[in-house]
Amino acid sequence: MDAGLEQKYNFDVVRWFTIMAVVYLVVGALVGVWIASQLAWPILNFDSPYLSFGRLRPVHTNAVIFAFGGSVLMATAFYTVQRTCGVRLWSDKLAWFVFWGWNAIIVLAVITLPLGFTQAKEYAELEWPIDILIAVVWLAFSFNFIMTIANRKTPHIYVSNWFFLGMMVMITYLHVVNSLAIPVGLFKSYSVFSGVQDAMIQWWWGHNAVGFYLTAGFLGIMYYFVPKQANRPIYSYRLSVIHFWALMFGYVWLGAHHLQYTALPDWAGSLGAAVSLAMIIPSWGGAVNGMMTLSGAWDKLRTDYVLRFLIMALAFYAMSTFEGPVMSLKTVNALSHYTDWTVGHVHSGALGWVAGISIGAIYHLMTRLWHTEMYSEKLVNFHFWAATIGTVVYIVAMWVAGIMQGLMWRAYDEFGTLAYTFVESVDALHPYYAMRAIGGMIFLFGAIVMLFNILMTVRKSVSEGSLNKARAVPAAA
Amino acid sequence: MAEPKTKVKGFQEWMEVRIWGLVTVTAVVLSIGGLVEIVPLFYMKNTMEHNKHPELVWAKAGVDPIVAVNDAGALSWNWKAGEGVRPYTALELAGRDVYTREGCYTCHSQMIRPFRDEKERYGHYSLASESVFDHPFQWGSKRTGPDLARVGGKYSDEWQRVHLRQPKSVVPESLMPAYPWLDKARVDGAKIQRHMKGLKSIGVPYTDADIEVAPKLVEGKTEMDAIVTYLQVLGTMATLDENKVYRE
Repeated sequence: MDAGLEQKYNFDVVRWFTIMAVVYLVVGALVGVWIASQLAWPILNFDSPYLSFGRLRPVHTNAVIFAFGGSVLMATAFYTVQRTCGVRLWSDKLAWFVFWGWNAIIVLAVITLPLGFTQAKEYAELEWPIDILIAVVWLAFSFNFIMTIANRKTPHIYVSNWFFLGMMVMITYLHVVNSLAIPVGLFKSYSVFSGVQDAMIQWWWGHNAVGFYLTAGFLGIMYYFVPKQANRPIYSYRLSVIHFWALMFGYVWLGAHHLQYTALPDWAGSLGAAVSLAMIIPSWGGAVNGMMTLSGAWDKLRTDYVLRFLIMALAFYAMSTFEGPVMSLKTVNALSHYTDWTVGHVHSGALGWVAGISIGAIYHLMTRLWHTEMYSEKLVNFHFWAATIGTVVYIVAMWVAGIMQGLMWRAYDEFGTLAYTFVESVDALHPYYAMRAIGGMIFLFGAIVMLFNILMTVRKSVSEGSLNKARAVPAAA
Repeated sequence: MAEPKTKVKGFQEWMEVRIWGLVTVTAVVLSIGGLVEIVPLFYMKNTMEHNKHPELVWAKAGVDPIVAVNDAGALSWNWKAGEGVRPYTALELAGRDVYTREGCYTCHSQMIRPFRDEKERYGHYSLASESVFDHPFQWGSKRTGPDLARVGGKYSDEWQRVHLRQPKSVVPESLMPAYPWLDKARVDGAKIQRHMKGLKSIGVPYTDADIEVAPKLVEGKTEMDAIVTYLQVLGTMATLDENKVYRE
């Protein structure tokens, strides 16, 4: 390990975000498995308001996106910016404010959502006082990040930092505009926008929460951790420049493809769909750049389990960024919209790409931050297979379910009347809902194994005293 | 910060050595798509069908109270079914609050697309003008259950109550959770008045009389009464003409 890093950099806050990320991965996946099981076996709603699907679904989405995703982004952004700029975080105090603030938001979310406090806009359910707290903590996170770059020792700003920056700016725009609401009580407000404008703003938010929070931010992770783990430079600088600007400019337009054939004017939906199709190029630019970094060193995949996670994540990224533009084609969207195909698509991105790249980055961080080897490499490999198999089972179930649903809704019999009632389509989905729940359980089991493995690694580091030893080495001048 | 060893070439490198330059350019590039897609929706007349077909929105919205209640509790309506989209009454709004609180939008859409099968299953395709007073919109994104945009009047009040209490009792294959607690909770008149005032402040055309009468309208009502009233008005406000083309 490099000497003196523990004095030079603030790794404590990174360590805490890293551990919390894994805790939230388990929590988020657990709630996900729970609500997936409710759809297969509705008795699990227990006739209780606090456990009913409609209130728990936002708990799941907020837990995985903001609790897990947010902790990963904050851990990796704070780590990467220090390492690539060669300086300590601009402010330790502000970094700890971000840590405690973000976790307070998560606790508030877990309490308020089951109580039914919601703005009823997807992925933006949290009520206005929590929204204000999110804005404050997010700006503190962004400001600390930007000021650290301003203090940097290196002349150029490394590519992963561009992506983190793009995410920070865009999420600020999105969160502020989409959350504009008139408070009518401590935990009740109404969106200031209505109907069609509210719908467009919501999906401008909704798709860019995917495009910037879950894509740009995680591409930032990819650009640091893939080259580091593979111990090779990134494949193409030029490609990274092109796909960065194309992504920043293009992704913003995609939200409208969620509203094709709705009461949104056709020009907006079609514009969204056209840009969506073009976005396959910058998206694959990122995937190719990551994968080709391994060019000439593919053998590492046989022995390096962490690299496996990172590369499998890029494969899922390439697949879901191909699937997305296809689903935005009008003819495909007519079938896929409102069905479980969308849910499957989201999860090939969320489980395959976001969770995959995060898990890879966290395993990489564990050995750097605790100055020891993983407690068990075998369990990392086991986790890789559990995560991959669980994800594949999940998305295959949803493909079949979604396409079947879409076809049943539009099927006609020989007399020219609708062939199926709605509830017949619901009934037909049962086996696939059960299969999806099982896929989720496999993924969840992998996450629990990961939590065990990292906690044992921390314990190992403590008993070896390796972190304390690293802290005792003075910083190089 | 260390100075670059070689001369800075081109705009890209200019940004790569200037953090505030990079932040500024990124912020500008990121704003374009949203501005182009969102801002025109507030100005372009053809966004809302009622600009061309004024009968879609109730002409007296914001002028006359929607409904009055006399001392005996009898209702006298100024608005008649089919006379156009109007703000929700106090009881309907209380029902809508229940709808959003319970996350109904996670499984039900309120947006019928212009396809033959959707028309036969759910009715006339939805118009933008129909959700003009919906803060927030509830178009949804997923149909784990059927679309509800025009569910009003499809089933009796009693069917809706029984269904909400125990969905499986009327639809054995249903996945929907049961909502037995709605029968036990009363609607709070003062609270719903506060909600209406909030909505009025952001442009929903309530008259003072609409807000004043709110506690009387919801007196003694349960959340079950409220949500059933809300469901029963969905899609029934405007009269749509099969022969008119509302959207190009």
